[in-house]
Amino acid sequence: MNIPETLSYTKDHEWVRFDDDGRAVVGITEYAQHSLGDIVYVELPRIGTRIEAGETAATVESVKAVSDVYSPIAGTINNVNEELNDTPELINEDAYKAWIVKLSDWEPAQLLSAAEYAALLEKES
Amino acid sequence: MEARKTPLYERHVAAGGRIVAFAGYLLPVQYEGVLAEHAAVRASVGLFDVSHMGEVMIEGPRAAEFVERLITNTLDGMRDGQVRYSPMCYESGGVVDDLLIYRLGPERYLLVVNASNRDKDYAFMRENNPMGASLSDISDSIAQLAVQGPRSAAVLERLTGAELLPERYYTFREDVPVAGIRCLVSRTGYTGEDGFELYCPAQRGAELWDALLAAGADEGIRPCGLGARDTLRLEAGMPLYGHELGPEITPLMAGLTHFVRFDKPDFIGRDALLAQKAAGPQRRRAGIVLTDRGIAREGARIFSGEREVGVVTSGTQSPTLRQAVALSLVEPPLHKPGAAVKVEVRGRMLEARTVRLPFYKRNTQPSE
Repeated sequence: MNIPETLSYTKDHEWVRFDDDGRAVVGITEYAQHSLGDIVYVELPRIGTRIEAGETAATVESVKAVSDVYSPIAGTINNVNEELNDTPELINEDAYKAWIVKLSDWEPAQLLSAAEYAALLEKES
Repeated sequence: MEARKTPLYERHVAAGGRIVAFAGYLLPVQYEGVLAEHAAVRASVGLFDVSHMGEVMIEGPRAAEFVERLITNTLDGMRDGQVRYSPMCYESGGVVDDLLIYRLGPERYLLVVNASNRDKDYAFMRENNPMGASLSDISDSIAQLAVQGPRSAAVLERLTGAELLPERYYTFREDVPVAGIRCLVSRTGYTGEDGFELYCPAQRGAELWDALLAAGADEGIRPCGLGARDTLRLEAGMPLYGHELGPEITPLMAGLTHFVRFDKPDFIGRDALLAQKAAGPQRRRAGIVLTDRGIAREGARIFSGEREVGVVTSGTQSPTLRQAVALSLVEPPLHKPGAAVKVEVRGRMLEARTVRLPFYKRNTQPSE
């Protein structure tokens, strides 16, 4: 299972990337997309919404299941990936490229490293 | 209760099936993906393990009389080799189960019931057998495979004589050798496509599965899981017990009026259903499509203006239509096609409208 070294992770299978422009980019992991199966709908939040760590930032739906995407950190929704409106399957194709939201004014939080996340998956399987 | 394995369990695991417990059985929800499996059945052919379904054999001089009292449909005019669909009701008019009736002979009927209801159905049948018909639950001795899709006949013709296959929808043939395995072959299914359901001895199920996958390779046959089975039947507007049918839902509410034969003198639930027919059911089945973005799932509440008028009983994103569809129970006359309603999804009210069922209908029907 692909777990890029450069990203941070949560136990709920989200990833975070901290970009040079000061924004934090959030998506779901390869493991999460695989567990969900074919993704057919993504509900995105409103830009400008302030969100706490652990709050639902978006909702991802497969044919069979509904899954909340929890924000790994507190922040303000600065941008959403509108491509997912028409092509939610981009998450299945490449979960680390298909980001879901970007946060500005975020607050640091405890996150998992790639190695820690890999260990977590090992334990769950 | 520990979930049981079907005779195909090892095949599912070997093929990478994602195994879940369903109706007391370990079955694959999907192999490679629900969308690909769904598409295979619509475009060509798919193979399903439906060995979890229950089979009850009814025999004896009063077998027909017994079955006739159990079902809301009728055996009238039925010949050997024909299949009929019927609800089976409680005295209250609520549904015990929906089933297929195979007429093997004037004194021999095979009833195919839902896995989740098997024990309950069998008990109900035994309690309602003053005719002394012989009943036996033969489910564990049978493997059932469904070959579904427009190319399903082409696949079967590679394993048996084309002339041995049942020609018409809702007919069957017994003792058909398929890859040398004696099967009851029925032209029925739960997908809205042409297709067959094959019943064979449990111990030969895996062998039949392998033969069908090999014979269908050129047609792109895919093993399909419960996920695709559900999206296919939903697009075809077919009810699923526990969702569109149940003890609190009558056939009249569920849009199965056509299968309730008030013209026959007696069946269990007749009085209650007659009374409901006269008064008009409080809720009726409706097909719904969402016009707003989003997916309505089971349990979502339906509104007309500010008023709650019903509930979604099954809902998904239709892979064929690429649109969110749902089956529901709503207050009449909102069940009629074209009514504007709202569905509550995660606190938001999504615009929707009722439509004629099924959501999907195949272009060419095998003759009925």
